[in-house]
Amino acid sequence: MAKLVINNEKICDKEAFIKICPFGALEIKDGTVDVNDACKMCRLCVRKGPEGAAEVIEGQVKTIDKSAWKGIAVYVDHEDGEIHPVTLELIGKARELADKINHPVYCIFVGAGIGDKARELLHYGVDNIYIYDHEAFKHFRIDVYTSAFEDFIKNIMPTAILVGATNVGRQLAPRVAARFRTGLTADCTVLDIRDNTDLVQIRPAFGGNIMAEIHTPNARPQLATVRYKVMNAPERNSKARGKVTVCDLSNVVLESDIDVIDNVEKAREKFIENADVLVVAGRGVKSQDDLNMIRELADLLGGEVACTRPLIELGWFDAKKQIGLSGRTVRPKLIITCGVSGSVQFAAGMNNSEMIVAINKDDKAPIFKIAHYGIVGDLYEILPRLIAKIKAEKGA
Amino acid sequence: MNMNIIVCIKQVPGSNKVEVDPVTGVLKRDGIESKMNPYDLYALETALRLKETYGGTVKVISMGPPQAMQIIREAYAMGADEGILLSDRKFAGADVLATSYTLSQGVREAGEFDLILCGKQTTDGDTAQVGPEMAEYLDIPSVSNVKRIVSVGEEAITVEMDMTHTVEIAKVKFPCLLAVEKDIFMPRLPSYVKMRETKDKEIKVIGFSNLKDQDEKKYGLNGSPTQVKRIFPPESNSKRELWSDSEEVLADKLFKKLKEEKFI
Repeated sequence: MAKLVINNEKICDKEAFIKICPFGALEIKDGTVDVNDACKMCRLCVRKGPEGAAEVIEGQVKTIDKSAWKGIAVYVDHEDGEIHPVTLELIGKARELADKINHPVYCIFVGAGIGDKARELLHYGVDNIYIYDHEAFKHFRIDVYTSAFEDFIKNIMPTAILVGATNVGRQLAPRVAARFRTGLTADCTVLDIRDNTDLVQIRPAFGGNIMAEIHTPNARPQLATVRYKVMNAPERNSKARGKVTVCDLSNVVLESDIDVIDNVEKAREKFIENADVLVVAGRGVKSQDDLNMIRELADLLGGEVACTRPLIELGWFDAKKQIGLSGRTVRPKLIITCGVSGSVQFAAGMNNSEMIVAINKDDKAPIFKIAHYGIVGDLYEILPRLIAKIKAEKGA
Repeated sequence: MNMNIIVCIKQVPGSNKVEVDPVTGVLKRDGIESKMNPYDLYALETALRLKETYGGTVKVISMGPPQAMQIIREAYAMGADEGILLSDRKFAGADVLATSYTLSQGVREAGEFDLILCGKQTTDGDTAQVGPEMAEYLDIPSVSNVKRIVSVGEEAITVEMDMTHTVEIAKVKFPCLLAVEKDIFMPRLPSYVKMRETKDKEIKVIGFSNLKDQDEKKYGLNGSPTQVKRIFPPESNSKRELWSDSEEVLADKLFKKLKEEKFI
């Protein structure tokens, strides 16, 4: 049995030693340091403490035959047959990993009437797409989907499985992982693979300020979920390669404890707080008509339009669109401010955005202190050109 | 009808401001004050409302060191009837799988239940995996991302599951597990009166020896297939660039940057 052992005689300063642990798992009891159950086995005390003060005694490890598990598989994420684009990104990543260890790339596709959709995926570099096609899979129901997934893993034995971190993937993957008592790492941002087929999984931990590298060395398959827009989607190849295999359902449970009564399209919510991309109009926008340009850019980027307080006072926008201390706080993946000077009050409402692009004529504007990419120039010259380029790209 | 509900709760750090000391490489936390995972408050509120409407009991269960009793006291002050803490050194170093297994074993000790409620995810792990994994170990159906309870019947509960583009309305047979979205109900504040009334209320502590499955290989570090190899600070995003050029060049540079970052 692997366990963490504290050798008290090797610790000079016990108070300093227990402070190494960020989880408060080291405690002093009757003058000796001990580990409590808050321990996360991060091994920081082993590495950062005095030599030999903390050590991990590795017990007998259950070994598995890793060579029996071959292939990198991708779960085809979809809602009623509409494939989520994260799937293509994962196929791209799977190809890259598979090529490193000379393995094939597989897809598992569970749904109803999905044959044509599956064939389309053959243009993206998959060797074999295993489809579980039945009316019982028309809507996502975790029990029957897990059963199909189980059948796939038992028959194909892929070494690693990548699942999109969507609302479906984030519940299906854990269910599958528990069935096989194997490891699942959520929301990986970097994936790599070792020669021995161990998947190197890196993800933000403890709220995102720290990264952790996670391995699943003694269990197969290795499961990982990845969010949309983290990996790169491959180009569509005009020629299809690989094949589609229709799976036999005789070992799959098709009766569910879940009855889907209805499935309704969501009304697109247009709150600026929910938008991944925001294009913000500031005082540099001269007339209300010019907002069309801002709106067009936002539409092209799949985002929403927001504004600063002066434009609310002009009556150009509803107050719900205002960013700042007296408005809304936003944290989109991308925010492009157009003609916004960047008052402290405004910045407080958006400075945690992941990528801040600011366009302003005045190179002394405070917005440039918080922008990751500050663009000193006239928005009336830059935006039309940018819009034209995006349109040309999308039309291509 | 009477509903027996179990709510899973977790103690999390009070703040997410964890940093790596650049010199020593040691993780720094702002104090060790901790609180109930905010998402769990929605699960607990959902349970309390169901109990108020249909009758029954609300039990809370948590796994953690003895100081996690604090959040069970908080749950009592909100109206929970019973609290169970799974605590043992043998549970230390558990990843999601081992945690889920331990909780599922704990639930078996908690008696009959109709419904298990979990929060969407925790603020320290952010995986949203424990609910579905527990449901798998308990062999019951589960639905995550529940944004509304539509109706409750004798045999099943009907809920709205939030998907990417659609909302699935699903009728799930009891017993089942639901992971609820934040905002399903506004959580109540702990009541001072209840806090005083429950000051000495028992909290059942369950250790490894109380569990049915006595295979040590399934708990804590030994039951964890994933291993943290290293922890390191993220690349800082503090890099700032200021571009000055002709508008044509600027537009082109911005286009390329947006494409590189996959916004186009």
